[in-house]
Amino acid sequence: MTSIKLFGLALGASLALSTTAFAQDINVAVAGPLTGPEAAFGRQLANGADLAVADLNAAGGVLGKKLVLQSGDDACDPKQARSVAEKLASAKVQFVAGHFCSSSSIPASEAYADGNVLQISPGSTNPLFTERKLWNVLRVCGRDDQQGGVAAEYILKHFKGKNVAILNDKTTYGKGLADETKKALNKAGFQEKIFESYNKGDKDFNSIVSRLKRENIDLVYIGGYYLEAGLILRQMRDQGLKTVLMAGDALNDREFASITGPLAVGTLFTFGPDPRNKPTAKAIVEKFKAKNVDPEGYTLYTYAAFQVWSQAAAKAGTTDPKKVMAAIKAGEWDTVLGKLSFDAKGDIKMIDYVVYKWDDKGNYAEVAAEN
Amino acid sequence: MDYLAQQLINGLVLGSIYGLIAIGYTMVYGIVGMINFAHGDIFMIGGFIALITFLVLVSFGLTMVPVILLVVLLVSMAVTALYGWTVERIAYRPLRQSFRLAPMLSAIGMSFVLMNFAQISQGARVKPVPPIVTGGYTLHEGADGFVVQISNVQILVVITTVLLLALFTWMVSRTRLGRDMRACEQDQTMAALLGVDVDRTISMTFVIGAALASVAGMMYLLYYGLVDFFMGFLAGIKAFTAAVLGGIGSLPGAMLGGLLIGLIETLWSAYFSVEYKDVAAFSILIIVLIFMPTGLLGRPEVEKV
Repeated sequence: MTSIKLFGLALGASLALSTTAFAQDINVAVAGPLTGPEAAFGRQLANGADLAVADLNAAGGVLGKKLVLQSGDDACDPKQARSVAEKLASAKVQFVAGHFCSSSSIPASEAYADGNVLQISPGSTNPLFTERKLWNVLRVCGRDDQQGGVAAEYILKHFKGKNVAILNDKTTYGKGLADETKKALNKAGFQEKIFESYNKGDKDFNSIVSRLKRENIDLVYIGGYYLEAGLILRQMRDQGLKTVLMAGDALNDREFASITGPLAVGTLFTFGPDPRNKPTAKAIVEKFKAKNVDPEGYTLYTYAAFQVWSQAAAKAGTTDPKKVMAAIKAGEWDTVLGKLSFDAKGDIKMIDYVVYKWDDKGNYAEVAAEN
Repeated sequence: MDYLAQQLINGLVLGSIYGLIAIGYTMVYGIVGMINFAHGDIFMIGGFIALITFLVLVSFGLTMVPVILLVVLLVSMAVTALYGWTVERIAYRPLRQSFRLAPMLSAIGMSFVLMNFAQISQGARVKPVPPIVTGGYTLHEGADGFVVQISNVQILVVITTVLLLALFTWMVSRTRLGRDMRACEQDQTMAALLGVDVDRTISMTFVIGAALASVAGMMYLLYYGLVDFFMGFLAGIKAFTAAVLGGIGSLPGAMLGGLLIGLIETLWSAYFSVEYKDVAAFSILIIVLIFMPTGLLGRPEVEKV
């Protein structure tokens, strides 16, 4: 018994020593679905964070201190996200870039608020994330009410008088986006023929695909992630449907095309104007390419989140999250995405969703505005 | 009418896959009297072996689809059977004389071991394959323009299931091994006294169950085009439900249960809401168990394996 106590004492002492040893460093973190069905997005976030931290450290760190990057895996599960957030908060992390899934970002943000951690989400688009008036949240991406509006506009222009179905996966993100799109469509006097939800994680959508077939659906809008969307597309083509599939930003990874193969051709989704093509991102994109990483989707958004935070911390002269937050909201920041500024809620002050189309080679490109 | 026909096709194919997995649960239960919770994960392993074999064959430049399918089928059956044998040997056999719950707990542990093994060795992401078997047939074109379509993959799944079911029914009822299995099911001690190698027979049961699960895994890969390390859990639960619904211990019961679960899920989503299809399937299970506690075909006098 005594030896165990002694061992505990020794362990405690060594831990105390190690924390003092690292006290000169600043702990930052990236959190997202590093495993599980949404792992492709976790990889985008991790790639962006790795390079951002490496670049910042190479330029002398923040306030003369080195950044130490930790990572948290939420597997897109709200419960796991909450516990990851508590773990990061207790590890005295000053800033978290994450999470990805809205259903993870929202519960995590509460733990961060209590634990005094500043959170910038690169990709959580559900309006609720910033609508709860928490002091510590920001996002560098758009919101689903904007995204749904852009999707609805496209549908109204190209599918007027046609049959449209809206499906969602019952997640915070998927249901929220589907609701926003439906709202925008209905407001313009357009009525969808089917509004249904499915279970995320299901593989068999043949039954609902047959329903789409019976109702002669021309376009199916999906509030959900690429895995289920890809399966629905495959099963539609297997049953001989020519229906066009349209979805939100969760389709912006090549993983979608690896599920569907050439069937992806013609599939639409909404996302910010490709950050890889922005002049402000050119040098960073070259760096990613040199590391053999394609900075697609939310990779550069994550990089931008670190840029916003590091510049604001330098300006505020501290990494105290509350002071940094005040600085961020007061200023305007140069990032790979261009100049970013934030409103009082923590949303970016620009609306920029555009429609993309997949081709049969596994690539996607913006649909030109006049088409 | 056409719509119903299309939905029946969808349900039949889904049910066939459930049925193939359910047979593994029911065979093991029939002989050893334990529920092999690791069986869903054996199915997942089968899917991964099929995927790996497929990718290896393609990288060798093989393009003939029937040849690829045959080789993938044989390799994945063989390798997955080896997994089934190993699991029985290291996790269940040492506990056979122990108290009744021990092998079941061991099975749950084995399920986690296999799942984490796949996660670590194959990565945590979904592994897709491009469509391998493509095309299909139009069965009927309705007056309202609704086309009843059956794809080649669906035909393949149903035919494979029927063939395998016929083969294994024949094996259990006509061969020496089948006779040994039925003997072990009735009384292991007596069977041993009469010269039946009980250990070997039980091993073979696991091997056969795993081989069938691997076929289900391969069909799953062909039909849905992807595998992931956690697919065994949900599919395993559904197949286990199918086995209980059909009457656990009964071979045709497992198939019937699988088909019923597949059809209930599909038809419920077709006419009511997709959200509650699992609720519908499990409600029917409960109703059946209230009135027929041993399941649909699980009467004691029915020959079980």
